[in-house]
Amino acid sequence: MFHWLENNPFFMAAGISIVISFAGLIEIVPNFAQSAKPLVDMKPRTVLELAGKNVYMKDNCLSCHSQMIRPFKSETDRYGKYSLSGEYAYDRPFLWGSKRTGPDLHRVGNYRTTDWHEAHMLNPPKIVPGSIMPAYEHQFENEADLETAYAEAVTVRNVFHTPYGPEIKKGRAAWEAHKPKVLEDAKKIAADMKDERVKKAIAEGKVPEIVALIAYLNSLK
Amino acid sequence: MQSNAALEYDYSLAKKFTFLTILFGFLGMLVGTIIAAQLAFPELNYLLGEYGTFSRLRPIHTNTVIFGFTVSGIFATWYYFGQRVLKVSMAESKFLMVVGNIQFWLYLIGALAATVSLLLGYTTAKEYAQYEWPFDIVVVLIWVLWGVNMMGLIGIRREKALYISVWYYLACFLGIAMLYLFNNMEIPTYFTSGGLGNPLHSVSIYAGTNDALVQWWYGHNAVAFGFTVPIVGMIYYFLPKESGQAIYSYKLSLLSFWGLMFVYLWAGSHHLLWSTVPDWMQTMGSAFSVVLILPSWGSAINMLLTMKGEWNQLTENPLIKFMVLASTFYMLSTIEGPIQAIRSVNAIAHFTDWIPGHVHDGVLGWVAFMIMASIFHMAPRMFKKELYSKKLMEWQFWIQTTAVVLYFTSMWIAGITQGMMWRAVDEYGNLMYSFIDTVIVLHPYYVIRTLAGVLYLTGFVMFAYNIYKTMVSGRELSEEPQFRTPMA
Repeated sequence: MFHWLENNPFFMAAGISIVISFAGLIEIVPNFAQSAKPLVDMKPRTVLELAGKNVYMKDNCLSCHSQMIRPFKSETDRYGKYSLSGEYAYDRPFLWGSKRTGPDLHRVGNYRTTDWHEAHMLNPPKIVPGSIMPAYEHQFENEADLETAYAEAVTVRNVFHTPYGPEIKKGRAAWEAHKPKVLEDAKKIAADMKDERVKKAIAEGKVPEIVALIAYLNSLK
Repeated sequence: MQSNAALEYDYSLAKKFTFLTILFGFLGMLVGTIIAAQLAFPELNYLLGEYGTFSRLRPIHTNTVIFGFTVSGIFATWYYFGQRVLKVSMAESKFLMVVGNIQFWLYLIGALAATVSLLLGYTTAKEYAQYEWPFDIVVVLIWVLWGVNMMGLIGIRREKALYISVWYYLACFLGIAMLYLFNNMEIPTYFTSGGLGNPLHSVSIYAGTNDALVQWWYGHNAVAFGFTVPIVGMIYYFLPKESGQAIYSYKLSLLSFWGLMFVYLWAGSHHLLWSTVPDWMQTMGSAFSVVLILPSWGSAINMLLTMKGEWNQLTENPLIKFMVLASTFYMLSTIEGPIQAIRSVNAIAHFTDWIPGHVHDGVLGWVAFMIMASIFHMAPRMFKKELYSKKLMEWQFWIQTTAVVLYFTSMWIAGITQGMMWRAVDEYGNLMYSFIDTVIVLHPYYVIRTLAGVLYLTGFVMFAYNIYKTMVSGRELSEEPQFRTPMA
């Protein structure tokens, strides 16, 4: 049979395709629907938090920080309750990470505050002596892309039925109508911050990346 | 009737992709060395402002060495040996030449554009699949063009039976196509929101745990079909060609090939041990990882036994050295992986530097060694020149071997140290170390790893220089060398 396959490339290719497809079909498909379920009463992220999640992705925080607390006492002592599948049901993509050069962040909102993050992102070794994390000063200067975050909320609501309210809908008019709510959320975060650049931007109706990022980090609980 | 005269093969595409292999290899390893240094000396994060942090550069390192260096190496070797084992010249088909050239230029432009996009922070954040959707489309196009070329060449072949290396390259094509397509299913938010926001942004069609499963089914098997399958294909061609020895066992080749095809993909979920994916999947991933030793070692042993009775070549020919050491590192890496996939070991190893350590004994010792050895073998035949310097190759071999050993030993120690410190408790059951204690302790190992990076990169520059000098000032060869590659 194998000699025959080696002389008939089409069937060889077909054979390879069949053999390599098994694993995906058997491992991924059966639990797919079950694994997609959120926890009861779980709310999707606000637009500001989504914008923060996008900053987290843009600056690739997940290259050094995980969001997956494993069910060991040493991990629950350090980070809090172990992670549950349903908690990630609205995360597109998942942001578990694969390396802990820094600590896990899945429940960082429980034990760090806005002003801690602000000071830490400006100069990590000052807050945590010995830290090898770089400062992310540019997040205080770059503006967060709120419109893209809103577009993402609209997309997941329409395509995946993520339970956002009816105010999250297509089109520029709907975005303009929702924007004040996002700015309001940003103001609440910025109220606990000291940086002059942040205060100035917020006063002008702009939201620096750091504000969105902190909103996101605070939501990780 | 087939004439006995040797065919004139057309190596123009093989040459072009060889140049890219060297270019992307240098860039990818340079960035790798920089980010290794950043972990040891954090001040180095500020060289390029926002664009120079470890976090922003790491995907550039991984994607450049995977989709730049390795994939170019796969293309270059295919356009070299594909013609030879199928006994048909690329030049016999205008169509295939045009397709190949389109593939080359699209690949070069696409790779540069995608790299810039990562530098600017456009990312889907899924490891080794970070490119945003327009670049994914370009990747798919390039892959399809390569497939058309491969199938086309197979279609007009004179040698009816497909050689083992062709099976592996065919599997590489099919496997990566399937994995890449499914893992990169994403919806651009611009079009579904009535034209809001950044057109490059997209969301994954999978969420949370499902996304993780699909990602690591991809991530693990991109390693399978990018770093294992085609590289095994390479050694099946280049080792017999260089040593003049026939492959030790056809049956072992069959067993290893079909075994690898069937078993490899199941093992993806070992990246998710102790996570929130269902328990039975984790167990399957663990079990199949251990089974995976069989086909992996099957290939490696087949290679080592091919050298039976000819071990003297190891001392005489540095190219044989590269290939035999590559097989050996392949064995090391494929026993280490299954060990890490055992749950109790994984509890310590996961999230630590032992994982990059494992990756790098595979990619530096196996993948890159094999790609460089292949290029050393191809160069005199493509350029009709003798290799420039044997002595330089010997030096390169020892410098890079030292580098690999320094890399994985330092990362083994770093990983296990950190894994043990995270879980260490005092007599009252309280955690003994704060997280930062477990970072500070790693500094010496990060320094050693940086040194390993510098050494490996140095060796790579020596390799590039050797190939360059071969092209410009190697002694002309009047006819194509049989077996052992001539070198000065």
